[in-house]
Amino acid sequence: MLEKILLLLSLSLSVAEGLCKPGVGEAYKVRFSIKTALGDQAYPWNKNEMFLFRAALAFAMRDFTNGEEFGVSDIHPCNETQRVSFWFVVTRPKTMDLVDKGTVEMAIKKSRNRINGAFLLTDKTLEFDGIYPTLAAPVSPDTPPWLIVFGVVMGAVSVGIIALLVYPLVQRKLKKNMDADDEDSDEETGVKTAENGANDGIYNSTFSDDERFTQM
Amino acid sequence: TLASVSPNFLLAGCLKKNRICTSDSETGGSPKWDNKAQYLLTCIGFAVGIGNVWRFPYLCQIYGGGAFLIPYLIALVFEGLPLLFLELAVGQRLRKGSVGVWKTINPVIGGVGIACLIVSFLVGVFYNTILAWVLWYFFHSFQEPLPWSTCPLNESRIDYNLECKKSTPVNYFWYRETLNITPDIEISGSVEWGMVICLASAWCIVYICFIKGIDSVGKAVYVTSTFPYLVLTIFLIRALTLPGATDGLLYLFTPDWQTLTNPRVWLDAATQIFFSLSVAFGGLISFSSYNEEKNNCERDAVLVGVINSATSIYASIPIFSILGFKATTAFNACKDENILALTNYFEFSDQNITLQNYDYWYEYLNTTYPEKFQSLSLRECDLQKLLKQSVSGTGLAFIVFTEAVISMPGSQVWAVLFFVMLFSLGLSSMFGNIEGVLAPLNELKLLPRWMPKELISAVICLISFLVALLFTLSSGNYWVEVFNGYVGSVPLLIIALFEIIGVIYFRGMKTFSDDIYIMTGRRPNIFWKACWMVISPLLLLVVFVAYVIVQAQTRPTYQAWNPDYEKFPETEEKLYPDWVFAIIILLCVVPVISIPLVALYQLLRGRFRKSSVGMELNPYDNDAFVTDTQEQKTQRA
Repeated sequence: MLEKILLLLSLSLSVAEGLCKPGVGEAYKVRFSIKTALGDQAYPWNKNEMFLFRAALAFAMRDFTNGEEFGVSDIHPCNETQRVSFWFVVTRPKTMDLVDKGTVEMAIKKSRNRINGAFLLTDKTLEFDGIYPTLAAPVSPDTPPWLIVFGVVMGAVSVGIIALLVYPLVQRKLKKNMDADDEDSDEETGVKTAENGANDGIYNSTFSDDERFTQM
Repeated sequence: TLASVSPNFLLAGCLKKNRICTSDSETGGSPKWDNKAQYLLTCIGFAVGIGNVWRFPYLCQIYGGGAFLIPYLIALVFEGLPLLFLELAVGQRLRKGSVGVWKTINPVIGGVGIACLIVSFLVGVFYNTILAWVLWYFFHSFQEPLPWSTCPLNESRIDYNLECKKSTPVNYFWYRETLNITPDIEISGSVEWGMVICLASAWCIVYICFIKGIDSVGKAVYVTSTFPYLVLTIFLIRALTLPGATDGLLYLFTPDWQTLTNPRVWLDAATQIFFSLSVAFGGLISFSSYNEEKNNCERDAVLVGVINSATSIYASIPIFSILGFKATTAFNACKDENILALTNYFEFSDQNITLQNYDYWYEYLNTTYPEKFQSLSLRECDLQKLLKQSVSGTGLAFIVFTEAVISMPGSQVWAVLFFVMLFSLGLSSMFGNIEGVLAPLNELKLLPRWMPKELISAVICLISFLVALLFTLSSGNYWVEVFNGYVGSVPLLIIALFEIIGVIYFRGMKTFSDDIYIMTGRRPNIFWKACWMVISPLLLLVVFVAYVIVQAQTRPTYQAWNPDYEKFPETEEKLYPDWVFAIIILLCVVPVISIPLVALYQLLRGRFRKSSVGMELNPYDNDAFVTDTQEQKTQRA
């Protein structure tokens, strides 16, 4: 019994290894540039990281196919290099049927951010050969910023022009009013001096009797 | 004239009311500078323009770096300073604008003033269009990320816009989003509304500074003439700390003495000094006419000339540091590309090949695996070649510099500072152009007396704006190049020649020396005299003749941005069509045609007058006094 199981396992392993052939069929190449992305904080690549990759990819397949129970064993890597690049193929759960390239590609595209996040990498540093990252749409704000700046500058200039044109007119008007006032005040003071002179004059006693009579 | 009548009239009315009266320029007296600093700053601002930043460093670069300074300084001393001194002296002594001074010296050369008027108007129209472009970039610098740093997506949203991919995002933003340029000058395209708004803004800003004539200009120049120096210093400090700055500076200043044997270098140096100082526009004559008569214009002229050249040299340091930085960034990007290709192909460990050991690995791999290496077809990364990419004019400001700014940390700040500096430089030059239009117009008495100066300035700005709408068409950039190359060159040389001839030969060296003695307290020394009488006119004549010969040798061409060109993104060289060529000829001839026309008119009128004087024999005419009055006239004038 045990021997049969062992035979089956070794067979499946050899078959799987046969499945993953670089450059042919449904195989994808992936490249990691960990040192470029993380510099000093780069982690070394080892079997555990490979396991994480297989798990992440299995997650992506599950997510895309909505529940088909892909497992870590369904992701078969091969031809690992020092670059940290390798080929891999994906097989359907519990069978040895290869999943076609198109499905794999769409699954990876859907969960690209999650896979990147698991490795602290970006689209550029975790490269799937042949799968181009979707281009970020350029940010277009509702009000273009240049219109705001233009509005501010032109508003200031227009206010300035109007102020510089209106101010002397207003000044001239005030001056005219002041001139008119001055003329009036001149006449008034002229008149007042006459009145003051009359008030400050010598009291004429001949008219004082009138007052006596009128009091009656 | 109104100016001489109204203050007395007002004063009389004022005195009637027993009040203390002051007549200032508001009530119709002649305008004056508030202080000497305003005058100097305005002249310096007029001379120092955008050309100091984007033309001189280019010339320095293509003509062997430090060696170019020699012909440049020689041209400054023997051509620039004498012309400057002449204009400032003439304006200050005769106290009139460019039409008045030449009429006063001799009515026969009165046409020179009209020529100045036309040239100032035409140059002002296209120069402000450049300022409109600067404003557009300034408005767009307040975005994160800068709009010229990435390509927009194409219609299907799968890939980037094709035209942008083939060239660069910076080129795309300039040629497509700013100008929306057509592939040919004959295809006019449509009016670009974004650009019309910017043009209107530029003219409004010019108007608000010119609204009260030199009263407002004098205040505006405190900012517009000094701010560029502040920004240049900030850029200098920043640029010198950028990686690759020293490469740029070395490239700029390494003298290549061989270039001094090339006559083209001397011609370009003389031409550059001449156009850089903004003589022959008439603006400088106007500005100095508002001075008091006893002002040392010799010192002013030397000061303005030296500061102009010093600014050019000072500006080229940050410009070239930044160009060196840009070349280094491109060089490193090229190397990074190659490193990635090599690492991927040979499956080396990540970051085994770095920028530092790139050369070693390059050689090693080339020798060990030559066939594989060739199959990769790596790009050749050459720093010297990148540094050699020399650009001047709009290419420098709107393509090269904007690209450099993207790579600098805090790009928005540097972009905003740069464009505000360009705008200030251009605005202070525009003041001179507008003054060169307004002062002659006032003197020609073409305008009705009741028009206040604010209205006249507004009308001039409006007319200029409407004419400049031509440059907001899609083919506008090509037209700006036409105007820049032909209006701003040959007519100015002719005007300057006639100015020197007019002062030295019509007014006379003796009278002019007396003028200067009255103004500065000493007569001009032998150096000035030699320059005015022989050296400067000779230099100008040589420059003019050489210029015309060089232009006439080849049919003029222009660089067109044509996305369908097979060598795109290179610009396509096209010939100007015949009707454009005719317009070019017109632009060279029309400004200066007034000189012979007015001379002819005056000569004919003089002959008629002479004959009519002979007919009227005045019995009271005592010849003994005729010569006296003539002397008095010349003394007064």
